[in-house]
Amino acid sequence: MSELTFKIIFIVAIFGISLFVAMYTTYAERKLAAFLQDRLGPNRAGPFGLLQPLADGVKLFFKEEFIPRVSDRILFIAGPAIFMCTALMTSAVIPFAPDLEINGTTYSMQAADLNVGILYLFGVVSLGVYGILVGGWASNNKFSLLGAIRAASQNISYELAMGLSIVSLVMVSSSLSLRDIVDQQSGWSWNIIYQPLGFLIFIVCAFAETNRAPFDLPECETELIGGYHTEFSSMKLGLYLFAEYIHVFISSAVLASLYFGGYQFPYVSDLDPGLVKTLLGGLVMFAKTGFFIFLFIWIRWTLPRFRYDQLMNLGWKVLIPLAVLNVLITALFILI
Amino acid sequence: MDKIFYILAALTLIAAFMVVISRHPIRSVLFLVATFFLISAQYILLNAQFLALVNIIVYAGAIMVLFLFVIMFLNLSRDLERFASWMPIAAAGISVGGIGLLLLASYRGAQISTDTVGNYDSGLVEQIGEVLYRDYLFPMEVCSVLFLVAMIGIVLLNRKERELPAKLPLP
Repeated sequence: MSELTFKIIFIVAIFGISLFVAMYTTYAERKLAAFLQDRLGPNRAGPFGLLQPLADGVKLFFKEEFIPRVSDRILFIAGPAIFMCTALMTSAVIPFAPDLEINGTTYSMQAADLNVGILYLFGVVSLGVYGILVGGWASNNKFSLLGAIRAASQNISYELAMGLSIVSLVMVSSSLSLRDIVDQQSGWSWNIIYQPLGFLIFIVCAFAETNRAPFDLPECETELIGGYHTEFSSMKLGLYLFAEYIHVFISSAVLASLYFGGYQFPYVSDLDPGLVKTLLGGLVMFAKTGFFIFLFIWIRWTLPRFRYDQLMNLGWKVLIPLAVLNVLITALFILI
Repeated sequence: MDKIFYILAALTLIAAFMVVISRHPIRSVLFLVATFFLISAQYILLNAQFLALVNIIVYAGAIMVLFLFVIMFLNLSRDLERFASWMPIAAAGISVGGIGLLLLASYRGAQISTDTVGNYDSGLVEQIGEVLYRDYLFPMEVCSVLFLVAMIGIVLLNRKERELPAKLPLP
């Protein structure tokens, strides 16, 4: 199998896995929400309601496709498409498992090993807001516009703190490549031990960037009906909702690989590089990712929503100074 | 590789033209974002991945979002305002002519090399870091101080506005 064929298969596989995980995250979210609220949750479609995501998808596809007459038609269609594309693009630089060596050829379990992988992630995440802004504005509805503007200001505010927390992480690992950062965390030397404050800032910002509770102000029902997706129906709405779950999956994978060692697990260096190591590494990576997805859901159904001024105060007056402090402390430790 | 460069260059120029001739400011901003993307693609073609991504993060990811943000707040109507007087047209003509002359002069003096695409490594993060923090450390620090001063200035200006008396005496 040539390098190119393998890459194409791998990219398609990652694409499929992202969609599959996102699909079952919706199921997990509904089940966990039901558990936390002492309900049963979806249990009609298939055993334990396992076919529920499929049923939801079919339902969304068969709903009436409605485009408001006063909307900007092209941008109205482009909005959800941009949002979905940017959500799917992020998985390109995440190393999902250790290299696989078969008969002397090495197969990399990463779509692209950019030497500036973290910056790529950061760039694509910062583009995600265009989907919301464009869709919200094109709806020509004040609630949509307000939701879109909230999303934009929230993303910009929290990107700063996120960038600063990444700066201190890069100072520790002295590499911008995700592969290098994961490889450095072999055994138990996970970055969370060296960067506890950075991790806390990063995870709060990740919650804010994915627009999930307690930061889901852009789609706050009590104030904005549906927020930026008020006017969207059918699969366009589906794409917006679904892309959020892909964001959750990717954010969890990034959190796992930046701070929790990615596919590294204790005694990993005792194993020979081969199928067993790759499979085990992949399983460990997905277990860690699954834990963070669980955390995302858990927090959503536990904490109430912030007020908007609280959100801005947290971003600008707490997280950014803390992140700067973290950079200074990290620099001090590196100098000593 | 050369073909990719020419296709990208053509697309960049088309996107840049669309910025100017779009009827609606929001579309203009979106075309500007597309232009930045295409310029980043050119950087990647020159093996300057760091520059490409920083270009996307800073311009497309932050500055253009703020642009879009402000234009959405302005609530501009779809009908384009016609130029009421000859002044803006004259100003536009003079500036375009000046820039055109400048470009023409620099084009005449420049030595156009034929290799458009190559294997350079001056845009990678290590090389840029070395240049910035070894060769040009002092100018870079001065620039950062300048930015800090600008930021503090903005905060100060906003503060003063709030402390002014509610009713200003009319001049």
